[in-house]
Amino acid sequence: MKERLKQAPPKIPDEAKLSWKKGHGDHPLDRYLKEGRIPHIWCPGCGIGIAFTAFIKALEKAEFDQDKTVVVSGIGCSGRAAGYLNLDTYHTTHGRAIPFATGLKLAKPELKTVVFSGDGDLFAIGGNHIIHAARRNVDMTVICINNFNYGMTGGQGGPTTPVEARTTTTPYGCAEHPFNLIYLAKAAGAAYVARWTALHTHELRDSIVEAMSKTGFSFVEVITPCPTGYARRNRLGTGLEIMRFYKENSYITDILEPEDTALLFKGKIAVGKFVDIEKPTFMEMYREYIVQQAENSG
Amino acid sequence: MGYWRLPLDSCEHFITVGKVNIIEYRCKGCGYCIEFCPKDVLEESTYFNEKGYHPPYVKIEGKCINCNFCETICPEFAIFCTELERREIKPEDIITEPEYRHRMRQRKKQD
Ligand SMILES: Cc1ncc(C[n+]2csc(CCOP(=O)(O)OP(=O)(O)O)c2C)c(N)n1
Ligand code: SF4
Ligand code: SF4
Ligand code: SF4
Ligand SMILES: [Mg+2]
Repeated sequence: MKERLKQAPPKIPDEAKLSWKKGHGDHPLDRYLKEGRIPHIWCPGCGIGIAFTAFIKALEKAEFDQDKTVVVSGIGCSGRAAGYLNLDTYHTTHGRAIPFATGLKLAKPELKTVVFSGDGDLFAIGGNHIIHAARRNVDMTVICINNFNYGMTGGQGGPTTPVEARTTTTPYGCAEHPFNLIYLAKAAGAAYVARWTALHTHELRDSIVEAMSKTGFSFVEVITPCPTGYARRNRLGTGLEIMRFYKENSYITDILEPEDTALLFKGKIAVGKFVDIEKPTFMEMYREYIVQQAENSG
Repeated sequence: MGYWRLPLDSCEHFITVGKVNIIEYRCKGCGYCIEFCPKDVLEESTYFNEKGYHPPYVKIEGKCINCNFCETICPEFAIFCTELERREIKPEDIITEPEYRHRMRQRKKQD
């Protein structure tokens, strides 16, 4: 051992040093990704990658300026998204993506601010922040990956886990009422609210374009398969079987009220756009009521 | 893609033919592209990529219509389609009458 330590370390050939960058540019969407970050950490069949692709496709379709779009994530599998993007991004502490994004928006109102994070990050530890950002109508877009559990930490139950669903912390089935994120976002004051599954790739992309073009707080929930955590403990099968389930059990609706869109365990999934209203944003209100009056009073 | 009859403005309609590009080393074998391709162009291969998954391969060349669905549903940035050509509608693309009647009969039976 000692002998070996005395030896000079083996020389790494230049190509090997660059091997982590291998293949960057093989895919046309690679220009939106940071070099050397693919493959991402998401499990085979994980739906986060599909929602992530839909977000990139939305950037491409609407030609949003890459230099003026920022993405903020919290902690979790979904929260990894920020780190893969070739944009200005920030990976915050757990639950704090929204306060960070709010500060960013207030300091630099010209930026399109997107929060991409998980159901646990946004509605458990970060629950307080999201309701107040929606209440104030801060001009940002929140894309919430709802996989009904804490994927990253091993599949614990969270605020969206349906009654009866098994997770590592609900081994006899969840005995708590979950949030209906659509209803919650609407009640808190969001100007735009939509829900899609990972199978609705085109609708999801168009919805993200709409949400990002909206002035005000917009919220897009994406129902995604988590084959490793949630699906395994509930015997829902592979990602492919869950996607087939979405195909058979989701329906697009524009007549349901948000309060009627709750997701039950193995139940039907109502998808579509549920809220699209105009209302003054946090900055507009602030300018109108505070800045204006301060100016008037000299 | 099939047409019931030759559209009157057929010179303005084209059929796009796509080329499927598969970046095999990125594939994690979820099978989404294979299952949800509307033209059933893809199939799981029997060989392994360097990660140990079976990437898809193009089962029938020339059937892809460049709809890009495989590209949008792949979670791994492992597949994309490019337009190979746009060709005019040919008489072979028109679904002939007996076949149409047969389909309608089948649909009635299903109802
Ligand atoms: C302050 C703090 N508490 C707890 C954790 C542990 N933790 C990491 S990710 C996570 C939950 C993530 O769940 P979700 O946002 O649903 O993301 P997913 O992994 O399901 O995509 C938790 C509790 C942490 N990192 N920091
Ligand atoms: S644990 Fe679940 S959410 Fe996390 S990467 Fe794996 S499948 Fe996706
Ligand atoms: S572009 Fe459409 S038709 Fe062609 S392989 Fe992909 S999913 Fe199938
Ligand atoms: S969708 Fe992508 S990762 Fe899944 S099998 Fe097809 S090429 Fe592989
Ligand atoms: Mg989650």
